[in-house]
Amino acid sequence: MSAIEHPADAPPSGITRWLYATNHKDIGKMYLVFGIAMFLVGGLLAELIRAELLTPTMRVLSPEAYNQVITVHGLVMVFGALMPITAGLANYLIPMMIGAPDMALPRLNNWGFWLLPPAALLLVMPWGLKLIGIGNGTLDTGWTMYAPLSIQSGPGADFAFIAVLLLGLSSTMASINIIVTILNQRAPGMTMLKVPVFVWSWLITALLLVAVFPALMAGVIMLIGDRHFGTHFFSAAGGGDPVLWEHIFWFFGHPEVYVLLLPSAGILPHILATFARKPIYGYKAQVYSFCVIGVLSIVVWAHHMFTSGMPPAANIYFMLSTMAISVPVAVLFFCWFGTVWRGAMTFETPMLFALGYIVLFGIGGLTGLVLSDAAADQQYHNTYFLVAHFHYALFGGPVMGVIAGIYYYLPKVTGRMYSETLGRWHFWLTLIAFNVTFIPQFLAGIAGMPRRIPDYALQFWHFNLVSSVGAFVLGASQLLLVYNIVRAMRGDGEQASGRVWEGARGLEFTLPSPPPFHTFTTPPVIE
Amino acid sequence: MSKARVLSAGGAIPVLLGPAWAHARAFYDFQAPVTPIARDILFIHDLFLVIITALFLIGTGTLLYSVYAHRYRRNGIPATFTGPVGRKQWFWASFPFAVLLVLDYGVLGIPALHSILALANTSGSAMTVKVTGHQWNWQYEYPAYGIGFTSTLSTPQDQIADEAPKDKHFLLEVDHPLVLPTHEKIRIILASADVIHAFWVPAFGIKQDAVPGYLRQTWVEIDKPGTYRGQCAELCGVGHAFMPIVVRAVDQVAFNQWLSREQAVAAAQRAASGIAYTRGQLVTAGRKVFDAYCAACHQPNGLGLAGAFPPIAGGHPFAAAAPMIAALRARGFYRAGDIVVGPIANHIRIVLHGIPGTPMPSFASQLSAADIAAVITYERNDFGNHTGETVEPSQVLAIKTGH
Repeated sequence: MSAIEHPADAPPSGITRWLYATNHKDIGKMYLVFGIAMFLVGGLLAELIRAELLTPTMRVLSPEAYNQVITVHGLVMVFGALMPITAGLANYLIPMMIGAPDMALPRLNNWGFWLLPPAALLLVMPWGLKLIGIGNGTLDTGWTMYAPLSIQSGPGADFAFIAVLLLGLSSTMASINIIVTILNQRAPGMTMLKVPVFVWSWLITALLLVAVFPALMAGVIMLIGDRHFGTHFFSAAGGGDPVLWEHIFWFFGHPEVYVLLLPSAGILPHILATFARKPIYGYKAQVYSFCVIGVLSIVVWAHHMFTSGMPPAANIYFMLSTMAISVPVAVLFFCWFGTVWRGAMTFETPMLFALGYIVLFGIGGLTGLVLSDAAADQQYHNTYFLVAHFHYALFGGPVMGVIAGIYYYLPKVTGRMYSETLGRWHFWLTLIAFNVTFIPQFLAGIAGMPRRIPDYALQFWHFNLVSSVGAFVLGASQLLLVYNIVRAMRGDGEQASGRVWEGARGLEFTLPSPPPFHTFTTPPVIE
Repeated sequence: MSKARVLSAGGAIPVLLGPAWAHARAFYDFQAPVTPIARDILFIHDLFLVIITALFLIGTGTLLYSVYAHRYRRNGIPATFTGPVGRKQWFWASFPFAVLLVLDYGVLGIPALHSILALANTSGSAMTVKVTGHQWNWQYEYPAYGIGFTSTLSTPQDQIADEAPKDKHFLLEVDHPLVLPTHEKIRIILASADVIHAFWVPAFGIKQDAVPGYLRQTWVEIDKPGTYRGQCAELCGVGHAFMPIVVRAVDQVAFNQWLSREQAVAAAQRAASGIAYTRGQLVTAGRKVFDAYCAACHQPNGLGLAGAFPPIAGGHPFAAAAPMIAALRARGFYRAGDIVVGPIANHIRIVLHGIPGTPMPSFASQLSAADIAAVITYERNDFGNHTGETVEPSQVLAIKTGH
């Protein structure tokens, strides 16, 4: 099972290695670098938002620019940062975890990645055009693109819609590739219930993406029709229905939350088991939970629309079905606790982020239960309570999870250990600054502050002041992660062993660090 | 989980709920409720806080205990179990989920069902108010009494621009609040003239989207006179933060007095359409209308926003999407790349009916003939436009009624 190396196996040199890349490790690395770069762009936009909200007056951004910044912050973080980072981990790890030589469809893999940079460019290009006097900037409707506001919006909206179409094509291709790879490329003897949890989480994620992204793409094409081709899908004046857009968007948008969540929930048990030096607790329960979450996530979308005026029967259905999600998610928590219980834990940086994930995502999940209440949602909906909730659910969960994953696999990918001291600083600064940023937002929302406003009444000032200070520290501390990654990529730091961590299990840890360009060209023997 | 932890979680309940029962606003509570729905929701909120705080403490407590007790230095030999074994372990592993189901569908679900049905029941109301969301103000109508008015942010521009100290109700003050009687069930019908808005007053516990093409409804029964403030809760464009809702709740006697005053004002306004004004009077009145209704897009200096909203000032270059340019040119307001001041009749039609296919809305239902005459006179004699023309309310009325 050791990798066979001969000259033809060596990576091509120069720019063509990356432009024409078909190797899953190269494509995985490109996804990761792209995703982390976009994480910094999205973070910078978040800092602009917090700078604007530091005091109750408009100093930094005009209302128009503010609406554009919140929109692009949302789109970049969801589609530009988190999805590519998780897709990068999938590309790099899945073939090695299941003992396959590569992804099933390497050229599709290349195409899927190379659609991302143009999409990102389209999102921000309208700002560049505005600087030279063309148009009025980018999309300004919030990432939800609610019609008819998005029909009314300036030409920047068209750029954003084309970007969403490209992103949709990209993730659909990546998802098909992942599904085919998992179903067909497993090493002999690796039955579906021996497949690592991370691989299972991505199988469900990919199935969800294939199921729901086409709905958003169709919706966006309908929006483009309404804007330019005289159709009236969403404009009431022509007999269209603005609420239809909300249904289409959230039919995609709610499963999208689980698309972001599941890969990080899949990587978590690996990390917990490694540093607790124990096997994963409740493997089957987690796999079945992923399946149940996947199915439920498709049938709960309108809990984002409790104030849109649906009849009470619909509100009750969407409330009760949403509450049902708490059960499989609680099973995951139970299994995470079971994995560390009576283990022999050490607290390296990946483990710290994994434990932080459990606590912060716990808050995101519990406040999600609060928001599932269709009556009480009259008070929570579109307030800063909601903003704080989904940042706990999406930063506290997926972002903490992928950071844990990055620290966990960085020595495997680069062959170099990161700086443990800086990693710990990164964790503690992130944990504290994150809570300083978002706990005040819960309170601001409860006190009555709506979201997506560039200026606010005086009684919300102190919440926002504390939140902004927290956000500045939170943003700055992410540079420690960047430094750690760059340091390892440059080949500084201790040499990592093949196993990397004392408690690590799995096929990827049977290979040297970094793994050779081609691995498992001869399938490994399972058990 | 230890007994001590159960006790401490239980002890949190009276501490958390106490202030809510006393109706004081604690930092974790909503604004003091003044309607049955708002009180229901506050009860649900406090119940949630107790339950999720308890669940969080149990979860985090368990995790922290494990981190302490099962660390490598204390417990060098890890266990090897991978799931529950035997009936007893399966029972205890299932137990938390049974509790969760009871919490979801019993403790939290039942009050929620009760409130959802109560909220949807708008029958038996004594009065109906129609609320229409506009970019960016609220229009209130009392169909049974034949009155209606538009309610616009009255916080002065210099406070928003930070050139003057901000007053107590910064961004939460309007020129014309919605006035409602207390102790009456009032049905609120919601509509929108352009994009989706959401009508939200925290003290009433209601938040309802105003969706174009639909009539939505909700209700309030206010039990305490006072002034209640809320905001639009659905992103509706650049003025989203600047369309507050102010409701003045008064007793029935005061409400009736207010009604007759408003009816008299409405009658006077109808009569005013026939009066001729001087240019000075119109320009002064027009400046106020412009700041309240037009400045958000066309900007206080009348220069508009490049690519989106055309300047009012003639002689300024403007480029935008083809349909907008074509519409401006057809109405005589655009020549050779520049905005020009077009004919009066077209100017009146633009303000009255808007320009379909562009963000320019119709003001026919929001502004009186006198207001429209004033704002047009102002626009034609300021921002560097010196037409010297006066537009009288009768001219507006003639075009509006088609004579």
